[in-house]
Formats: sequence, structure tokens, C-alpha cells
Amino acid sequence: MELLSNPFYQRALAAAAFIGFTNGFFSGFVVLRRDALSVSALSHTMLPGIALGILATGALTQWNAFAGALFAALLVGLGSVAVSRGNRIAQGTALAVLYTASFAVGVAVLPLLKTRQQLEDWLFGNIVAVGNADLAISFATGAIILLTTSLLMRPILLTLFESNVAAAQGVPVRLMQYLLFGLLVLSLVSSLQAVGCVLSVGLLVTPAATVALLTDRTSALFWGGGAIGAIGSAGAVLLSAGFGISPGPAIVILLGVLFVAAYFFSPRYGAFTRRH
Amino acid sequence: MTASPHDHHDCCAHHAHHHELVIEGLTVHYRRLLALDRVSLATSCGNRVALIGPNGAGKSTLLKAIAGLVPRSAGTITWRGTPVRKWSREFAYLPQREDVDWSFPITVRGLVEMGRYPQTGWWRKFSAADTEAVDRALESLALTQLQHRQIRELSGGQQQRAFLARALAQEAHVLLLDEPFTGLDRNASRLLAELLGKLSHEGRLVIASHHHLETTSDLFDEALVLNTQALAFGSTHEILTEALLDEAFGETTHAS
Repeated sequence: MELLSNPFYQRALAAAAFIGFTNGFFSGFVVLRRDALSVSALSHTMLPGIALGILATGALTQWNAFAGALFAALLVGLGSVAVSRGNRIAQGTALAVLYTASFAVGVAVLPLLKTRQQLEDWLFGNIVAVGNADLAISFATGAIILLTTSLLMRPILLTLFESNVAAAQGVPVRLMQYLLFGLLVLSLVSSLQAVGCVLSVGLLVTPAATVALLTDRTSALFWGGGAIGAIGSAGAVLLSAGFGISPGPAIVILLGVLFVAAYFFSPRYGAFTRRH
Repeated sequence: MTASPHDHHDCCAHHAHHHELVIEGLTVHYRRLLALDRVSLATSCGNRVALIGPNGAGKSTLLKAIAGLVPRSAGTITWRGTPVRKWSREFAYLPQREDVDWSFPITVRGLVEMGRYPQTGWWRKFSAADTEAVDRALESLALTQLQHRQIRELSGGQQQRAFLARALAQEAHVLLLDEPFTGLDRNASRLLAELLGKLSHEGRLVIASHHHLETTSDLFDEALVLNTQALAFGSTHEILTEALLDEAFGETTHAS
């Protein structure tokens, strides 16, 4: 394949593998927290935040995108909690209203800004457009996420499994929850380039969900999720060229296919192979 | 193995010390609701203490307060003469069945390994001693064969034992169990009763909420009759009198 000697293509492959690994690794926490749907809300919420980041600083970098996304996510997340305090509106309802409104602002404002990204790139990703700087940043983001969560794996797991017992043992439970939230936003921002904000949930949920069908070992959720994320993403970029479809959707489709295959054929828990 | 945790741990069993748990004037509020009102109690290791009383009497709250899981409005809880907070490692809390996330992807062994985290801290790798403690805990609760099962795939009795095994791996001195016999069949209940007997014989203090009045004196040495306030505390034979239970349970004395 002569495509493989194309530097754009090589970069896209490397970025897909990095981003896929980081997001796949982090998907372990999303699966354990059981909040895949609010992650979806969060990923839509980020768009206007990123627009704000660009407006405020005049340029798009991963870091001001992160700051803007975090700001928007906090605003909408805390806003939905505040609205539901009044008891007339459930928090899920409030979140749905606020995140779609927020998403709409993003969709309206982003095309007006002078960046090289098209609206479609924000929504569905454009991994072939990654430059060397983007690649370095996605590598750094991945390193931060992997390092922090690996170092704090025990207190994080205790917090997720039994938060009150963790607190009694001296784990700063609140801090762990904020940290996970911050890292979640960072993962979402880092996956924008590959799959865009609409599809980013696929990359941040599917890998560990697939692993959960295959094994009961907690650590496998993370490392296995990372492996599936990396291989699935890079594989999808290769395949997408062959089939002539965009790589972003291809990544999420391939991960979905792997999940369905595990659902049916998992040696222990597959629908076709279940022994008990 | 000259590490002190072990010396610590077995001192009760050797009767060199007699560790006391003393609760004085414990008051707990949930928002404005008074859950526990000036509860006092003193007991020591080697005992099995039942907390009995009607639903909403504050049994779970008392267990959680001892474990340090709910804040106190007033009162003190001391273990070995100093506030319990200092001793969190020696306390193991076993939640009520419905409070556990059984679908959490963790194996029995993984759960028991969590019991070592207070010893290993956040980073230290598992040493041979840690692995051995986990193996021993699994072994003594007959879970070695089941150690690679996910926790949901166990029976109710096995699930109780898995949490007990975690407490053993933690080398906990005080076991706080919330309704441990609820939902167990006859066989599993008998097994658990034997286990609790064995654990208290080894010098551990077992405190459990319990709602089966008839079985209380077979399973426990002491009982606290609770209905927001402590109505009576003493050995089960003295405490479980008709008059007292009527006072605690009102008209529902014979319901269960």
C-alpha cells in the first residue's frame, strides 16, 4: 500500500493509535462510573466552550480548547444540578435542555470563527488533518491521563466501588471525583481530532464495555480497553481508506462491531456461548 | 516477619490485652432527622454484639457511625482508649446487601485484595506477605476455589464470606456487619453463625444489626436494644425479655 508511505497518513495512523489507547484506557472509568449517557451530554456541551476558548485567546490550541471545554462542562453540569434543586425539573431533564442548547450555540458560533477546521470536523473528526504539533499534544495528553490514573488507581477504584468506605479509610473522595471529571474532559478534548464531539462517546465507552464482556479482572478494563481502542482506531483508519469512508465514523463503527461480536461470542458471557 | 501489624493483630487473641470499644452520648442527625439520641455502650474484643430494634431504629446508622461513615452531632467513640478515627484500619464495615454494586467488574480475589490497600497504601506493590494474607483469608473462608469468580456469581452466603475475607485480609479487629443474616438460607446462616463464633473466639469484636429476635441469643453474646435511644444493653439472656422488647418494638414485637 503506497498510502502507508504518505506522511499525512502515517501521522493519522499514529494519532489514531495514541488517541484510541488513551480514550480506551479511560473508558474503563466511564464503564465503572456507569455514566455513559452523561458523558454523551458532556461531549456535546464542550463545543461552545471551545469556541469561547478560541474567541478569548484568538487561537486554537489543545490547551485553550481544554480550558474552554472544562468551563462549559462545569457550567452545564453544575447548572443542571442547580436547576433540579428546585424540585420541579429532574436533573436528567435539566441536563438534556442545557446540553442541547449549549451544543446549538457551538454549532452556530464555530463556523464564524477563523480556524482551519470545518464544522464537520468538529462534529465528526478529521484525523487526516493532524499536524506534528497535534500529534505531540495528543501524546502529552495521553501521558498525563495514563500517569495520573495509574498512580491513583487504588484510591480511584475504592472511591468508585464504595465511596463511603473509601472516605473512612482516608481517601479524599471528593478530590478523586473532581480529578476523574477533569481527566474525562481532557480525554474528550483529545478525541475531538479523531472522532469529533458527536462520536467521541463511542471511543470513550465502547472499548471497556467490550472488555467487560470478556473478563472480570478490573485492571483488564483499562489496559484491555486501551489495546482495543488503539488497535480498533488504527485498524479503522486503514480500512476507511480502502472503503472510501471518513476515518472518524469508521473508528466508531469498527469499535461497535467488536462490541457486538463480544456480546455474541464472548467465551464466558456471550449470548451464543453462555454456559450458565 | 517482624512487622508490627501482626503482633498488634493477635494480641487480643492471646489475651494479653483487652481492647475496649466505648461509645458515649452518641448523637447523629440526618439533616434535621434525629437518627441516634445519646447512645452509650461499652464492650470489648471477643464479643458478638447484636443491635436489635425496629426498622428505622438507627441500627445501620450506629454501625456506620462506628465505622466513621457518617458524621456525629455529639458524643465520642473510642477504641483502645483513643478516638476511633485513628484506628480506621482496625475496623471493617460490611455493607447491607442492597448497598453493594454487585455488577462491579471485580473478582472475589480482587475484592479481598482491596482489604490490603490500607497496609500497602496507594502505590506500594503487593509483597509476598500481602499475597499470603489474601491467600489465607480466602482459604479460611473456603473461597479459594471461587477466587476468580465475579462477585455477582456467588450465592448470598458466599458474598457475605467474600466481604468477611476482605476484613480478614485487612487484619481488622472490629467487624461491623449490617444485617448479615438477611436473605441467607438455613445452611448459609448456620455457616455464617459458626464463622462469627470463630472470629470472636480469635479475639475479634463482632457487631451486627439483626432483626430475628428468636435467633439473637443463639448467635450473639450481648445485645443492644435500640430505638433511636439505647433502651437496654447487656448479655443477650438478660436483655431479651418480653417487657423490654415490647417497649422497643411497640406492637410489632412478634412480627418477625
